[in-house]
Amino acid sequence: MNTATLTKLDVTQVRADFPILETVVNGRPLVYLDNGATSQKPLSVIRSQDDYYRSSNANVHRGVHHLSQIATRQFDLAREKVRVLLNARHAHEVIFTAGCTASINLVVQAWGRLNVKAGDEILVSTMEHHSNIVSWQLLAEQVGATVRPIPITDEGEIELDTYRSMLSERTKVVGIVHVSNSLGTVNPVKQMIEWAHAVGAVVLVDGAQAAPHMRIDVQAVDADFYTLSCHKMFAPTGIGVLYGKESLLDEMPPYQGGGDMINTVSFNGTTYAKLPFKFEAGTPNIAGVIGLGAAVDYLASIGQQLSKGDTATMAENLDAAFAWIEHHEAGLTKYGMKALADIPGVRLTGTSPHKAGILAFTLDVVHPHDIGTVLDSQGIAIRAGHHCCMPLMTRLGVPATARASLALYNTREEIDRLVSAVEIVREMFT
Amino acid sequence: MSVELRELYQEVILDHNKHPRNRGKLEEPTNSAEGHNPLCGDNVTVYVHTKEGRVEGISFEGSGCAISTASASMMTEAIKGKTLAEIEAMFREFQKMVTATGEAEEHPDFGDLEVLAGVREYPVRIKCATLPWHTLHAALQGAEAKVSTE
Repeated sequence: MNTATLTKLDVTQVRADFPILETVVNGRPLVYLDNGATSQKPLSVIRSQDDYYRSSNANVHRGVHHLSQIATRQFDLAREKVRVLLNARHAHEVIFTAGCTASINLVVQAWGRLNVKAGDEILVSTMEHHSNIVSWQLLAEQVGATVRPIPITDEGEIELDTYRSMLSERTKVVGIVHVSNSLGTVNPVKQMIEWAHAVGAVVLVDGAQAAPHMRIDVQAVDADFYTLSCHKMFAPTGIGVLYGKESLLDEMPPYQGGGDMINTVSFNGTTYAKLPFKFEAGTPNIAGVIGLGAAVDYLASIGQQLSKGDTATMAENLDAAFAWIEHHEAGLTKYGMKALADIPGVRLTGTSPHKAGILAFTLDVVHPHDIGTVLDSQGIAIRAGHHCCMPLMTRLGVPATARASLALYNTREEIDRLVSAVEIVREMFT
Repeated sequence: MSVELRELYQEVILDHNKHPRNRGKLEEPTNSAEGHNPLCGDNVTVYVHTKEGRVEGISFEGSGCAISTASASMMTEAIKGKTLAEIEAMFREFQKMVTATGEAEEHPDFGDLEVLAGVREYPVRIKCATLPWHTLHAALQGAEAKVSTE
């Protein structure tokens, strides 16, 4: 997409879609830079929740009545929208879960228990979120396998040569984060998956921090499993996605038993429902799923303002939306990195040129929690801590970092306010 | 800067953070314990030397925010020379002070510690202030396990 087309949409138009951005905190307009923890929600997503409960609340996939049919249709439509978002081959390869953590645990327990045996190796990167480490450690303990960390460079990139040399016929599975929640590094998942497949390993990509920032194509990268945390991509909390290749999902046993996941139940033996329902026991988070559908619609609507208008497909609109988002956020990231690095005593963590959405740093001896508290007094929301990445913090040699994480509605003015506030912190503590 | 923030980061706290007192490892501690706040990664180890029911020497080391560092530093100054019973009473009073609502009571023994009352306006930071005290408590009890705020 050319620059002229990208300038057709201004960030102020995007901001107008998010009511919470008008909030005043400690006497100043809110600067929300904690999107890595959770994104804010556009009005259309907020309204989708109200609409559902007000006019179509019913359980799905079982009622013959009017409301159940409306709810079921919206629910099923959302699955198709997510299929388009991920460019999955089939909608039934999209499983709704309670969140990214639940998605990973589903893979670990249903696929892992079946396929990972004593003596096998599980590779996960040093920059993984605890959910993509601890879940595998639990499995390793259960079956006698080993979890091996893939090292990273000082810049926060995977040591690709080392990774390649660690792969062997013992490697059963690789867990890799697409975009690091602590560093912002965009990992070369396509290459990593290709190498893993060459030794017969399966790859789970944690896409929690990728989905709000970039166009995902699970077929192009050939991911076996891909997980989403939907509240980080403008949908309500309590909803996640597991994408899995049909062939893998088919061979996996159910993870949880209950309603909706069966074909027939008898004390002589139960048969299970086909995909995706095999993995969706019990009443799903219907409102959450419908909200997720609204979030994908919202992203597509961003693209619609830039592309061909009404004639464009949802996939084309998402292409256009993410072209704009990537362009906008790359500008902010570059601007923010430079401005923060110019502050004496600031050390940026995660300096890979392949980055999305994260500005993480430490400031001399000032503890990140003190930075977070002082920034809050200026109306600026960031996250301070280990970001559920203790092994990464150990690797970086810091107890914690301060992290500003971006979304499509952030502005240069907000980065300027962040930088001035960090200056205030520096004056206070040094 | 807001009044609450000035209350939290008073000069005394900033000073103790910059120049912590009794930081380092005690040569021959009779007791020690490690404390950890898993939510923020703060770590503190408290070393004490007790003799005839009285703390004669105390020091701490570790990494933490300004609140936890200053709290540890002030704690070491406040309890040196006190009896174990006096320290237990101060620990309880301190906990009350940082979690209480309304006007703070006067604590004649507290000295600088009194400035940590400001932390009550910041619920997520209360554990930063109490971590060194919990760790001291564990050291004096002879606890083996690492203390955790969670």
